[in-house]
Amino acid sequence: MCSALETRSLPCNVHITYQLDRNVDHGIVLPVMISERSTPDTREKEELLRIEDLKLYFFTLLGIVKALDGVELRLEKGDTLGLVGETGCGKSVTALSTIRLVPMPPAKIIDGKILFEGNDLVKVNEEKIRSIRGHKISVVFQEPTTSLNPVLKVGNQIGEVIMIHQDLAAEALECKIDRFESRKTWLENKGLTEVARLLRLQTRIDELTAIAESKGTGRLPKPSRSDLRRAALKRAVELLRLTGLPDPEKTAERYPHELSGGMRQRVMIAIALACNPDLLIADEPTSSLDVTIQAQIIQLMSELKKQMRSSILLITHHLGLVAHMCNKVAVMYAGRVVEYADTKDLFRTPLHPYTRALLRSVPKLREKAGRLDSIPGTVPDLLSPPSGCRFHPRCESAQGLCQEQSPKLIQVSPQHFVSCHLTRG
Amino acid sequence: MTEELIKVQALTKYFPIRGGLLSRVIGHVKAVDGVSFEVVKGETLGLVGESGCGKTTVGKTILRLIEPTSGEILYKQQDITKLTRGQFRKIRKNMQMVFQDPFLSLNPRMSVRQIVREPLQVNRVASSEDLEERVRHLVELVGLNPDHLNRYPHEFSGGQRQRIGVARALALNPEFVVLDEPTSALDVSVQAQILNLLTELQKKLGLTFLFISHDLSVVRQMSNRISVMYLGKIAETGPTTEMLSHPYHPYTQALFSAVLDPDPEVETRRIVLTGDVPSPANPPEGCRFHPRCWLANDRCRTEEPTMREIGSEHYVACYTH
Repeated sequence: MCSALETRSLPCNVHITYQLDRNVDHGIVLPVMISERSTPDTREKEELLRIEDLKLYFFTLLGIVKALDGVELRLEKGDTLGLVGETGCGKSVTALSTIRLVPMPPAKIIDGKILFEGNDLVKVNEEKIRSIRGHKISVVFQEPTTSLNPVLKVGNQIGEVIMIHQDLAAEALECKIDRFESRKTWLENKGLTEVARLLRLQTRIDELTAIAESKGTGRLPKPSRSDLRRAALKRAVELLRLTGLPDPEKTAERYPHELSGGMRQRVMIAIALACNPDLLIADEPTSSLDVTIQAQIIQLMSELKKQMRSSILLITHHLGLVAHMCNKVAVMYAGRVVEYADTKDLFRTPLHPYTRALLRSVPKLREKAGRLDSIPGTVPDLLSPPSGCRFHPRCESAQGLCQEQSPKLIQVSPQHFVSCHLTRG
Repeated sequence: MTEELIKVQALTKYFPIRGGLLSRVIGHVKAVDGVSFEVVKGETLGLVGESGCGKTTVGKTILRLIEPTSGEILYKQQDITKLTRGQFRKIRKNMQMVFQDPFLSLNPRMSVRQIVREPLQVNRVASSEDLEERVRHLVELVGLNPDHLNRYPHEFSGGQRQRIGVARALALNPEFVVLDEPTSALDVSVQAQILNLLTELQKKLGLTFLFISHDLSVVRQMSNRISVMYLGKIAETGPTTEMLSHPYHPYTQALFSAVLDPDPEVETRRIVLTGDVPSPANPPEGCRFHPRCWLANDRCRTEEPTMREIGSEHYVACYTH
């Protein structure tokens, strides 16, 4: 009987190493290993993000909080990956650490890699991160009320991202021409007194139009800040229109407090999508919204994902949301990924005892359970996490080994990974 | 024979909006606007609705934590809105509440012992010798360790804190408990623990619950009957299974269809409503749901629908069909 099998990294092109140890019998039936992906539907998708053995600790006065302790995750282009788990399991920290939004100190990445388009984001400098944050990876935060700036009009808040990350020179030039044109009309209405000024303006407009029409061949003049702002605002209005807000021109001129929760979340989505990101991190995007509004936002996000060809990393504790939005799921518990699989696989055949218990403890609308199965105990304190498998104190089938050794994430089928000593194939 | 424990008739609660130089009343937020229902002894009535629809206000008004603007609240055929504070206090013992947020509803400077003991002392129901034993008994009843009585709320997790809240509510042996979103601040695995605890306690102590929540799956698990509220009014009331299989009001249909089942293979026809919930300070005329309703006709826009019976114990306020 083999005792330890492990894979170093997540799906696809992984090498599976396994040892045979016939001397030790742990009484555990191990899964049938598939060392090569042989199925026809394994068209290799391009990998967008891979997190390898990420360890992130918070150094606090009370001690070291091991928030992430060897997280492994993989996200392919076009996927929607759901990251589920209970409060404090590290799901937000995992996602936010990719764009360095976790305050460091007190946090510190001890070990591991975050590979995004070939770059290791743990190692790159601050400048590089800033060019990625909001541009290639952007975030929709949980609470739109607190994450929008209350003293800026929403149009300008969306525009800000665009101004920072995108080249608006051509659009700014158009804005400048528009501005001159309107001044021209104003002068014309004044009558003949301003002929000289009018002529000067006309030559200027002609010059600028020539530059604008030569598109790319000539060098565009450096736009002024106010023209840039106008150009960005124009794009912001288009983005608001895309998110389905009524009367986007007017909405752009409003402050966050004038909008409802659902509208604010649409503004957040507009900000996140402003630069057409490759990866959209959605951190509990609907948990502060009502069910009917939640349905609107989910529909919007799925539609926009198709249009923009982005990938989504959805952080949530809501299993229903995952079931309907994601094609991959990673379940986290106390700073580790305990199971990673295709959504249908995971819901049909959950392998980790925690996933099973979690799925059973959710009340369902369409069937009434006599008594809900609950998980005894509470989520462990990460200041002093349990030894071995972190779930063992709450696990119904824990054995001696679970207390001593922490299980590795192993592959049980091409798209199903689980980290449990007791997994059966 | 079913016995009505609580009967609410045409209950309204308007909150004044003050403004202008002299802070005059310039309008009203019609949080609850003509709500009627009854809670039968031993059952759980689920009150569902979105935020701002007035469900919490209904719960608090029944206990007179908020004084109603008009309407009647009958507790065992006695109108409690007419009672003086002193008279009401005797009845109030039998009606308790568990609040939504266990992090805010417990005094951080009181130990568990003090929190659970306080209602017993205020109402002078137990002699000082009995007190300690009653407190220990209550704490054990809700599944906490009586050795932790000297601890303070911050030393407990969310689920444990909500257990303390339940123990406090049960201290005076109430008949009727208003549960205002008791699990919405908790994780799913802990939520299941609390829901099971509440079901067990209901059986053991013969309690009657008004279960307020926005989470339909939770309400479905807990309730015998469900009332759906929209913008200060009840849209539909009926037995749980009947409501789920035959939701009648368009709003109920949309609300139920928006619930995401934790099963990717369940394909639901999701009705996505357009627009937001209107402000209760300025509700639409006619049926309050008509601006978002896909079945609305001219009558809905002008005339306010009244409750009518469409099945056994199934009432709906809608003109369509």
